[in-house]
Amino acid sequence: MTTTTDLVPYEDALASYDPVMGLEVHVELGTKTKMFCGCSTALGAEPNTQTCPVCLGLPGALPVVNATGVESAVKIGLALNCEIAEWCRFARKNYFYPDMPKNFQTSQYDEPIAFNGYLDVQLEDGEVFRVEIERAHMEEDTGKSTHVGGATGRIHGASHSLLDYNRAGIPLIEIVTKPIVGAGERAPEVAKAYVRELREVIRALGVSEARMEMGQMRCDVNLSLMPKGSGTFGTRSETKNVNSLRSVERAVRYEIQRHAAVLDGGGTVVQETRHFHEDTGTTTSGRTKEEAEDYRYFPEPDLVPVAPSREWVEKLRAALPELPLVRRNRLREEWGISATDMQAILNAGALEPIVATIDAGADPAAARKWWMGELARHANESGKALDELAITPRQVARVTELVAAGDLNDKLARQVIEGVLAGEGDPDQVVEKRGLKVVSDEGALSAAVDEAIAGNPAVADKIRGGKVAAVGALVGAVMKATRGQADAARVKELILEKLGVGEG
Amino acid sequence: MPGITREEVAHLARLARLELKPEELDHFAGQLDDIIGAVARVSEVADQDVPPTSHPLPLTNVMRADEVRPSLTPEQALSGAPAQEQQRFKVPQILGEE
Repeated sequence: MTTTTDLVPYEDALASYDPVMGLEVHVELGTKTKMFCGCSTALGAEPNTQTCPVCLGLPGALPVVNATGVESAVKIGLALNCEIAEWCRFARKNYFYPDMPKNFQTSQYDEPIAFNGYLDVQLEDGEVFRVEIERAHMEEDTGKSTHVGGATGRIHGASHSLLDYNRAGIPLIEIVTKPIVGAGERAPEVAKAYVRELREVIRALGVSEARMEMGQMRCDVNLSLMPKGSGTFGTRSETKNVNSLRSVERAVRYEIQRHAAVLDGGGTVVQETRHFHEDTGTTTSGRTKEEAEDYRYFPEPDLVPVAPSREWVEKLRAALPELPLVRRNRLREEWGISATDMQAILNAGALEPIVATIDAGADPAAARKWWMGELARHANESGKALDELAITPRQVARVTELVAAGDLNDKLARQVIEGVLAGEGDPDQVVEKRGLKVVSDEGALSAAVDEAIAGNPAVADKIRGGKVAAVGALVGAVMKATRGQADAARVKELILEKLGVGEG
Repeated sequence: MPGITREEVAHLARLARLELKPEELDHFAGQLDDIIGAVARVSEVADQDVPPTSHPLPLTNVMRADEVRPSLTPEQALSGAPAQEQQRFKVPQILGEE
């Protein structure tokens, strides 16, 4: 059934068409309980141990909305510069699919709790692109299906399916953008930057960890093309459950190329749901999209309206944390670094570790240097994220303190970090166990310097004769003799002193 | 009068997973017409000053604190399931039934 999909080279597609995107992001809230009942949302529980008559949809059960869920929705709305509804209701979205035991999903339809906002996102080169937000509404997650009998665990070819409803009813906030027009060739980048910025906002608000790899944040990508110069949107495809930042970028790019091929060939784009395949970076056709009316939305009669008072909304607005873009710009200024440097820090996932290291007492420049240098190298080699390394910001801060105090030089500090990563304990313990302290005993250092001068009379003569640059060879000899544990600057001083040469 | 067609009834029946006989399509089309006509009369009296009502009581903001309450045991949860496997609800093949 697989047919080869025609693609137009990306540049050619962009030469003829302007992409229009719509991004729908679902965020699973980090509440302790579900949206409409008191069942736990803890991960990793045995199947069907976190269900009750409400989330199983048993007759007579009555839902009651989770106050923290509503509060989180308002906070998200405010952070996205939205208006907050004075009065809104839940609605039933009716469909038959075993992932919802109630045969409907409790959602919001024409009365979302938040609407009409925007999020400014920063692209790699520092340019800021404003993405307008259509709405953010409250709803609930579905259960988890396991498909049995097929060769690959996929729904195709399965003989039957098994349902675990622990996840059914976990609060979700769906955030929908207005059509994103004008991004042109940067559309894939804008999509990725938007999802990343949204993730940072959600995390800053503390309403969810928003870990995409855990399904706590999922993105659907709507894409259509319009011929250059035309103002009329084309038919869109909706690519579902794109679950990493890289996939968001790839899915947009792929769909642009696919749509262009269809349109160039004189065909029409089918309005449909498509599935993104992580392994190949391609999308394939899913079901044909239902019309909204097929869901037969109607106001949920078992839940009363939510009417956030203006006082409460203003209280929440006043308590919003500093938002990520503002914070990044502030840190960038405080640290005196360029937009490019900041972007490199973000791309490396080093911002939080660096901030935590500074908070633990390190100098900003030193914190940046170690996380972006030595630690980034270790992370790369072990295929880990920086915050997964077996070293804490406090430990890194301690290493920078030891360097600043002259107890360690950079070379020794690298060995200390290696020791901490290898599980040998805190920096001070590693220094102790490995005997890594800089030789600061002037007597020992002086003896080593004398030895180096005696062993290299020709070099010593050159220096006496004014060729101060030759001092490097003697410093090297001392460092070698002390197994790198001397303070190179002090060694240089001593040599020049002993040879009667003033520096400078 | 709205005039519900046979096709619309058939479409609704499919969405609701109801199997209707051809003669039932006509029968229900007429009935749905009557029902919608009756409901439509509400909009004749509902003016701008009447707020939309989806609940009989004038309540808003009924919420509960985010505190965990006991769930059912998996045995209780699954007790009404026609079939189960691995402590999960077992459902027939999903694709291919439509």
